[in-house]
Amino acid sequence: MQAIAIDALNGISFGLLLFMLSAGLTLIFSMLGVLNFAHASFYMLGAYLGVTLAATLGFGWALALAPLVAGLAGAWFERTLLRRVRPGGPLNALLLTFGAAYAIGELVKLAWGLQPLAAPMPAVLDGPLFALGGAVFSRYRAFTMAVAVAMLGALWAVLRVSKTGLIVRAALTHAQAVEALGHDVPRVQTLVFALGTALAALAGVVAAPLAVVEPAMAESVGSIVFVVVVTGGLGSLAGAFVASLAVGCLQTFAVASDVPLGAFVASLAARGGVALSPAWGTLTLAQIAPLLPYLLLVAMLAVRPRGLFGQRGDDA
Amino acid sequence: MREPLANTVTARCPSARWRACAPWLALVALFVVPPLVSALASRGAAPQGWLLASLAQAATMIVFALSYNLLLGETGLLSFGHAAPAGLGAFVAAHLFNRYAIALPLLPLAGGIGGAAFGVLTALVAARRSGTAFAMITLGLGELVAAAAWALPGWFGGEAGVGIDRASGPAWAGWTFGPDREAYCVIAAWCIVASAAMFVLSRTPFARLANAVRDNPVRAAALGVAPARARAAMIVWSAAFAGVAGTLALVNVELAAAESVAMMRSAAVLIATVTGGAASFFGPVLGALVWVAFSVGVASVSRAWMLYVGLFFIVVVLAAPDGLAGFAARQRAWIARHGWRRGARAWASGAFAAACGTLALVLAAQWAYAVRLRDTDPAAWLAALTPGAARRLAASIVVLAALAVSFTYRARRRMRALDAKDNER
Repeated sequence: MQAIAIDALNGISFGLLLFMLSAGLTLIFSMLGVLNFAHASFYMLGAYLGVTLAATLGFGWALALAPLVAGLAGAWFERTLLRRVRPGGPLNALLLTFGAAYAIGELVKLAWGLQPLAAPMPAVLDGPLFALGGAVFSRYRAFTMAVAVAMLGALWAVLRVSKTGLIVRAALTHAQAVEALGHDVPRVQTLVFALGTALAALAGVVAAPLAVVEPAMAESVGSIVFVVVVTGGLGSLAGAFVASLAVGCLQTFAVASDVPLGAFVASLAARGGVALSPAWGTLTLAQIAPLLPYLLLVAMLAVRPRGLFGQRGDDA
Repeated sequence: MREPLANTVTARCPSARWRACAPWLALVALFVVPPLVSALASRGAAPQGWLLASLAQAATMIVFALSYNLLLGETGLLSFGHAAPAGLGAFVAAHLFNRYAIALPLLPLAGGIGGAAFGVLTALVAARRSGTAFAMITLGLGELVAAAAWALPGWFGGEAGVGIDRASGPAWAGWTFGPDREAYCVIAAWCIVASAAMFVLSRTPFARLANAVRDNPVRAAALGVAPARARAAMIVWSAAFAGVAGTLALVNVELAAAESVAMMRSAAVLIATVTGGAASFFGPVLGALVWVAFSVGVASVSRAWMLYVGLFFIVVVLAAPDGLAGFAARQRAWIARHGWRRGARAWASGAFAAACGTLALVLAAQWAYAVRLRDTDPAAWLAALTPGAARRLAASIVVLAALAVSFTYRARRRMRALDAKDNER
């Protein structure tokens, strides 16, 4: 029982981290109509910058500076490159960000090398926060939860309360009307893109001590974030939130579980009259944990093609 | 001014037919001439092994890219998981070949059926969507298969993959298909046949319906074509040809491994098709050849090839979204309008700018890679430069980059001036 509670907490902290990524991705998508394929690359950039800055200036500075740098890089990318291809349609923009993901990956390899980087936890946050029975909830995971909640609370407040947020929300749906009122919509778009990439980079800095900081980290997280965004419904923040938590908990529980699937699969196969090799018999749920988000995606699309809270119709 | 109709037809027909045939002749020549020349030049009358291997890779990639273009070019569907049908087709073919006595030349058929089966599954979940949503669904499916290749070692063979022995199948007229030469003939012949089949498919009324769905799904639906059904059919066709391509790769290397369903392979076919140009039938062929040139040629001399591919891809998407084929067509139209002579100076400026820019980029990238990764590249000596030489190198990179920028602007100005002059007339 205690172990389940700890797993649930771990799952929620992972889910909140995923939401920091998917929130930026969703905002950018609804604002610009572009699904930023390079979003996870900015996450990786944030992680690498964070490790470097934490080693030289300290973790607190890394937490502030790495998102700033990544956000500036994102703003530059939007202004100089993305703006040029967007009139050509959403697929062109998607292709550009795909190429950018490739190039950022190579540049990161060039700058930091191929080996995984050691990302030490700050001493204050190292160690257990509390223990339930035999299971331990670490301080750092609590910290990631706190950062994510604070960040998302701030984002919500900015979008709901401030005047900039009002303009952003208006520009999401009625860009031309907002422009006619004298607001600089392209600048708002750049701002949103920069904000999204900065959020991704912040997630990277926070996740660095928990994940392996290596050139492949963008790929491994990126596709899960896309699963989250599609499952929740493209362009829906609430959907992204629910899907992030669901995927986070699903994966954490699956990895931590030792449910054997072998007997189940073998009995299914026996009923179908198929003989399976013994390798199938030893299959466990933990083994197929990496598959689960994608299975969730396929199941969701089979039942509800527009995702949880998606609004666009079939042919969008 | 109008010529008699009969006259124009007889005058144009042979050249038009010739122009339609030329790409096919070039494709056949690509697969026939280099091995023959190599065989004649070598002592044992056998073509070079590396030549056959890279040509077989090119043949595989051509079929793969053309099958991808059935989705992207004909139906407007961007897929991030096209390696899945290709790789699964290869696995199906490998298992069947090991279990039953299937002649090697018939094996791609089995792979095609395997790919098509996966295509049916894809169509079930993805055919209702297009655009970004379709791209993300295929990404999820591709990742699902890629992750399954590691999670289910029983069928995918784990790290070792599933191997075949080409010579173990039944022989045809004394050909056991064990030697590289005989396998190469199978691969090249299948490449031509599959390309021709896809060309015919792209000329059918069904493909026109797919084009209509690509351009305006709402209007197509109003005309009585179910967009989802047209997409589904094209997804299955494309997956079937992808399965053929995957099996050709299996025949070439005698192994279906986890890499053949990996995301890297999906990215490769996407890059090849887009750089070649999705709007024309032969664009992806061109793109496949460029990709093989990068991944075999450039990769053998430099670790930086992925960076070059990525930057090249970005440049193509920015400057010529219709790919190299579209770029060439636009240049041809420009020549037809202005003539060779008048455009020559603008062109020379553009080519010079491109050369300077490429040289600056290659010098900078090789230098950085040599210093950072301390490789055994041919360019590794760049890491051990004296400070003076390093300074000169840096200066020349800066000068080259500046030249590239200034000549780009000059070329663009000249082209604009010519256009403006023509518009005045």
